[in-house]
Amino acid sequence: MALETLQGRNNVELLSGADMIARFLQDEGVEYIYGYPGGAALHIYDALFRQDKVKHILVRHEQAATHAADGYARASGKPGVVLVTSGPGATNAVTGIATAYMDSIPMVVLCGQVMSHLIGDDAFQETDIIGVTRPIVKHSFSINHPSEIPEVLKKAFYLASTGRPGPVVVDIPKDMTAPTERYEYVYPKKVKLRSYNPVSRGHTGQIKKAVELMLKAKRPVFYTGGGVVTGNASEGLTDLVQRLGFPITTTLMGIGSYPQSDRQCLGWLGMHGSYESNMAMHHADLVIAIGARFDDRVTNNTSKFCPTAKIVHVDIDPSSVSKTVRADIPIVGPAQNVVNEMISLVQGKEIAHPDALAEWWQKIDSWREERRNKLYEPSVADEPLKPQEVIEAICRQTRGEAFVTTDVGQHQMFAAQYYKFDKPNRFITSGGLGTMGFGFPAAMGIKINYPDDQVVCITGEGSYQMMMQELSTCKQYGVGVKIINLNNASLGMVRQWQDLNYKSRHAHSYMESLPDFQKLTEAYGFTALRVNTKEELEPALDRLLADKHELVFLDIYVDPREHVYPMQVPLGSMRDMLLSKTERT
Amino acid sequence: MRHIISILMENEPGALSRVVGLFAQRNYNIETLNVAPTEDPTLSRLTVTTIGDDRVIEQITKHLNKLIDVVKLVDLTEGNHIERELMLVKVKALGAARDEVKRTADIFRAQIVDVTPSLYTVQITGDAGKLDAFLQAMAPVGILEVARTGVSGIARGDKVLSL
Ligand SMILES: Cc1ncc(C[n+]2csc(CCOP(=O)(O)OP(=O)(O)O)c2C)c(N)n1
Ligand SMILES: [Mg+2]
Repeated sequence: MALETLQGRNNVELLSGADMIARFLQDEGVEYIYGYPGGAALHIYDALFRQDKVKHILVRHEQAATHAADGYARASGKPGVVLVTSGPGATNAVTGIATAYMDSIPMVVLCGQVMSHLIGDDAFQETDIIGVTRPIVKHSFSINHPSEIPEVLKKAFYLASTGRPGPVVVDIPKDMTAPTERYEYVYPKKVKLRSYNPVSRGHTGQIKKAVELMLKAKRPVFYTGGGVVTGNASEGLTDLVQRLGFPITTTLMGIGSYPQSDRQCLGWLGMHGSYESNMAMHHADLVIAIGARFDDRVTNNTSKFCPTAKIVHVDIDPSSVSKTVRADIPIVGPAQNVVNEMISLVQGKEIAHPDALAEWWQKIDSWREERRNKLYEPSVADEPLKPQEVIEAICRQTRGEAFVTTDVGQHQMFAAQYYKFDKPNRFITSGGLGTMGFGFPAAMGIKINYPDDQVVCITGEGSYQMMMQELSTCKQYGVGVKIINLNNASLGMVRQWQDLNYKSRHAHSYMESLPDFQKLTEAYGFTALRVNTKEELEPALDRLLADKHELVFLDIYVDPREHVYPMQVPLGSMRDMLLSKTERT
Repeated sequence: MRHIISILMENEPGALSRVVGLFAQRNYNIETLNVAPTEDPTLSRLTVTTIGDDRVIEQITKHLNKLIDVVKLVDLTEGNHIERELMLVKVKALGAARDEVKRTADIFRAQIVDVTPSLYTVQITGDAGKLDAFLQAMAPVGILEVARTGVSGIARGDKVLSL
C-alpha cells in the first residue's frame, strides 16, 4: 500500500505528519529503524505499515533499540534511527542516548509525545523527554506544527552526522501526526542553521607549526582516538604515521584506526592499556593527539601526565581542546583534512633526528620485550580456561576480521587487549559511558545491516542479563549474531576492584543463581554450547562460526580469579601500573 | 575573576534552559543572569556574570558556543565595556529616616518611584558595586525588599555584537 497522498497546489504532495515522517526516512535513505510502539507513536507506526521501503525492527526493550541503532552507526558511520513512544518508551531510551552521546555517535531518536494541548498536565505517559535528555544530546527539537516535520527532521539528521556527531532527539506530539491533517511535503535537500557551522579545515599556520615539531621530535608518539574513526581519517593517518616512522598508540575508541598488526602500533593506552603504550606516552617529547579527548581513563593524574612532552591536539570540537590537558599546538579541524594537510607538508622532508628516533624505537622495543609472554598465564591441564586465551582463539578463528561488540567489564578489556583489529569501525564498545547491556543489541543492529559478516558479541554473564530479552528480536528477524559469554559467575571487574581495594570483600559482585544459559537460548529456538575446558574450546568455536546466519551462544566458563592487567595505579602517572597480581612498575 | 558574557541566541523555547542547564551540568557558577528579545525578534540577548579563572572561562565560552541555539557571544570583560544593572528597593521611610532616604537616593542618583506613608520604593541603576553600596547605605534604615535585574552590558566604542 502506498502512503495516503493527495495533490496540492503545483502538484506538491499533501501528506499527514505521520506519512511525512515515513516518507522523509525513505528520502533520507534510511533502511532500518529500531523501535517499539505505543499510544503516542501509533499514527507513525500506521504510516510505516503502509510503506515498505523503511524497515522497522521491533526490539523487546527501547534501550535495545538505541544500542542497535548505535551499533549500526558505529559500523557504518551513518546515523542510526530510533522510534519510541512517549513516557516510558522515551525514558527507556535514555541510557542508549547517553551511551551514544559519550562516544559521539550519530543517532536520531524520534519520540512520540502526548497531544500538544495536554503537555504540562501530567497526562498519561507524559514525560518531558526534551528536559530529561538535555544534557545527553547534541541537540533536540519539538515539533510545533506538522508542516515543520520535513525541515526539522533534516536538521536532526544534519546535526547528528556532521561536526562532532551525536544523538538528536525529536519530540513529536501525537496531534502533529494526525492522519486527518495534510500539508505540503517537499524533501529538503539541504538545511542551514545560522548558529551551526562545523569547521571544514584546520588552521594552516597551526598545522605547519605542528609539522615542524614533528620533524624535529626525538621521542614522538601519536595518540589517536574515536575522532579518527568517525572522521574517516584512518587511511590518511596510517599513511602519515608510516611516512614518519613514529610509534602510535590509540584509545579504546580509536582501536583499528591504525592496523594493530603493524610494528609501529603499540596497542591502546590508558587504564588497561599496553605497558609499552603507557611507557611511551610518559617518556615522549612530543604527543600528537588526533580525535582523542584526554579522558581520565587515559591520562590518569593529569598533573603527572606526559611530563616531558609538548602536545599537539587536533580535534573537531574546540571545547575538547585544552579541556583537561593544555595543548601547546591546538588545531581545531576535521581529522581527515588535518591529517591530509600534514601528509602534504611532510612529503619530501626528512626528520631532523633519525638517530634519536632509532634510539626511541630501541627503548620501546625493550619495553615490549619486557612484557612479552608475561601478559597472562595460559591455563594448564584441568585448570579453568583463561578469558584471555579464549579471546585469542576467537581472533584466530575469525582471522581478526569480525565485527566485535562487547559489554562492559573484564571481558571488554580482554576483548580489546587480545583481539587484534586492523580496520576501523570493527571494535564496537561503549567506551565513554561504559554501559552494561550494550553489546548484544549493538551486535544485532550491525548484523541486520551486514548479514554476510561475522558479528561476534563478547559479553559477561552480568552484562548479558541486562539485555538478553533481545534473543526474541533475533528470533523474529533471523539475526545470526554470535554470542560469547565469558562466564566467570561474577561481576568480574567489580570483583577485581574489591580484591585490590577492599581486601577481597566481594560485596554483591557474585552472581548467585545464574540461569542455565543453554536452556535459556534453546527456549528461543537457538543453539547453545557450554564450554568448560581447553579441549572443548576449538570445536565449540567451529560450531559457533559454521553458519554465518545462525545465532549460536557459547557459555564459556572462565577463571573467576583472573584480573585485567596492566592496570594504572590511581592518581599516578601513566607509567604507574600494576602488571600482575605481584608486579608493579 | 568575574566575567560578563553576553550571548545572542535563538529566541526559541528551550534555548534558555540549554544555556542554564550547561552551567549546572558542568559545575560553572552563575552570579547573575538576564535575558530579553532584541530588536530582531528571532534573537534573544542573554547576559550572564560568572566567576572563574581563564581556563574555566575558556571552557565556558567554548561550551556555550557549541550549543546550537547560541549564535554569537562576547566576553565583555575582555575589553572596555559599560555595565549596568537596575534595582528596585523598598525601604522603611518613617520619621527622620524619610529625609535620610531621600538624601541618600539623591547622592546615588537614584529615583523614588513609589511612596506610601511608611516606605519609599527606590529605583537605581549602575554597576553592581554601586548597587551594593546603596544597599549598604540603606541597611540601617531597614530594607524591606530588593529586586535586581542582574547585570547587562555592552562594549564601548565601535564594537558591536550582532549577526
Ligand atoms: C549499567 C551498568 N551498571 C553497572 C556498571 C558497573 N560495572 C562495571 S563492570 C561491572 C561488572 C560486569 O560484569 P560482567 O558483565 O559479568 O563482566 P565481567 O567483568 O565479569 O567480565 C559492573 C557492575 C556498569 N558499567 N553499567
Ligand atoms: Mg562476569
